[in-house]
Amino acid sequence: MEGCLVASGSIVQFENVGLRYGTGAETLSDLSFSLREGGFYFLTGPSGAGKTSLLKLLYLAQRPSRGLIRLFGEDIVTMPRKRLPGFRRRIGVVFQDFRLVRHLSAFDNVALPLRVAGVEDRDLETPVREMLSWVGLGDRSTARPATLSGGEQQRVAIARAVIGRPELLVADEPTGNVDPEMAKRLLHLFDSLNKLGTTVVVATHDIHLISRIARSEMLRLDRGQLSDPTGALRNPPRMRTE
Amino acid sequence: MKAGVRKFGAADRRLLPEGRLAGPMPWVMAIMMFLTLLSAAAGLGLRQAARSLDADIGNRITIQIVEANPDFREAQAKIAVSELHQLAGVKGVRRIEAEEMTDLLEPWLGQGGLARDLPVPVMIDVDLTPAAYQRLDAIRTTVTDVAPSARIDDNAQWLAPLAKLIDALKWLATGLIVLMVGATTATVVLAARAALDTHRGTIEVMHLMGSTDVQVARLFQRRIALDALFGGALGFIVAAIVLMIIAHRVGALGSELLGSAGLPLVNWLILLAVPAAGVLLATLVARLTILRALGRLL
Repeated sequence: MEGCLVASGSIVQFENVGLRYGTGAETLSDLSFSLREGGFYFLTGPSGAGKTSLLKLLYLAQRPSRGLIRLFGEDIVTMPRKRLPGFRRRIGVVFQDFRLVRHLSAFDNVALPLRVAGVEDRDLETPVREMLSWVGLGDRSTARPATLSGGEQQRVAIARAVIGRPELLVADEPTGNVDPEMAKRLLHLFDSLNKLGTTVVVATHDIHLISRIARSEMLRLDRGQLSDPTGALRNPPRMRTE
Repeated sequence: MKAGVRKFGAADRRLLPEGRLAGPMPWVMAIMMFLTLLSAAAGLGLRQAARSLDADIGNRITIQIVEANPDFREAQAKIAVSELHQLAGVKGVRRIEAEEMTDLLEPWLGQGGLARDLPVPVMIDVDLTPAAYQRLDAIRTTVTDVAPSARIDDNAQWLAPLAKLIDALKWLATGLIVLMVGATTATVVLAARAALDTHRGTIEVMHLMGSTDVQVARLFQRRIALDALFGGALGFIVAAIVLMIIAHRVGALGSELLGSAGLPLVNWLILLAVPAAGVLLATLVARLTILRALGRLL
């Protein structure tokens, strides 16, 4: 179909997707694009453009009101509900509001996806500690979210999202609360994961962040529509800058 | 590892952080269990009393030889007793002796024994088999043939209103148990829904990480099962103490009827099964409630 990239190695495909909450106007309209496996994508756009709604569709928190979404090669719009957990385990999510479990320590928050996936306690000690060290929180593993700063909570949320080596990583403003140095470090983490094969989608306002990943591609949302989906997906940021 | 099969371990149970006895649920369960156990004990005791009554006097008749002439009276009594012994289905024949009659009549006639010239009927208790009891008219004919002054009282006739009362009380106890089960179910449903609302954020996060409904439901059903277990144990202990006190007081009364409403070991085992059934019910209801609520989420 016109304006739609349907590559053979695509991990995500949207076709004429629309999303409406209740009986209101469509938050997302006529979205048609595909994300190739192993790609690095930035999702940009003004506030209220629908970035978070689009990410919700990606991490299976919402089903679209219309259209077709294929994820990992399967139609998730008509997929039976009981099959969704298996797909969700293949997706890592960094929420804009972190959504850490406030009663759990940083360690237990990061370990949660592994426990959900069935990893035994004895097998998750090392990877969780390594991940916490990587995000600079090795000495805060027993701290609860309420005692962590905003930036530290964000790093715990990122560690939790990537601990399971997801095939698709979806991050909503993942560097919004950290200093530039930590932002660079976290982006490097995303980059490393991406090089290992994880498809990364990062929603951000930070133009400097986008320019740091040379091979990344950009999706721009405006009023619920991709402003130039085909062109945006074909041209890396550097070329657009030029 | 098969998706959704793994049970959460101790670390995961911390996802629901409140302490064991923090909410009202264990105490409400204890009250429910206490009332259910009292109702069940009443029902079982009444059943025991009904059985005892039925076994003791349900198939018993009392023959009175009402004859003014003491010689005729005595002769008819002897021949009636002799005839009864020969009838099929007669388990026992017991003539009430004079001393016992004196004791029985003492509340009405006072102490000092019966006057010699007072024509007191001869009383004969006859225990029949259920089959023989069905042939009561034939027995009546046989006895009146040899003892024309005999009157036959069917004990079941005066026992019938008492049996009906006991039956009604048994149904009342059963009804109370049914109501308690309903109330317990409703309490568990409300507690499960409240717990879901309290932990909605955590559940959403777990869902988005790939938790299955069953994994999430297990966390809640385990919590509610422990609350029910505590409530059941406490309710049982208190109910057992109350029942033992009542049994002690009834024993002190010396009433044969009330004393027959006791709880033998098997009934105590049934009462012990009530809290266990309560825990199972609470767990099942919690599981179904949670699964149903989660089913409405994506």
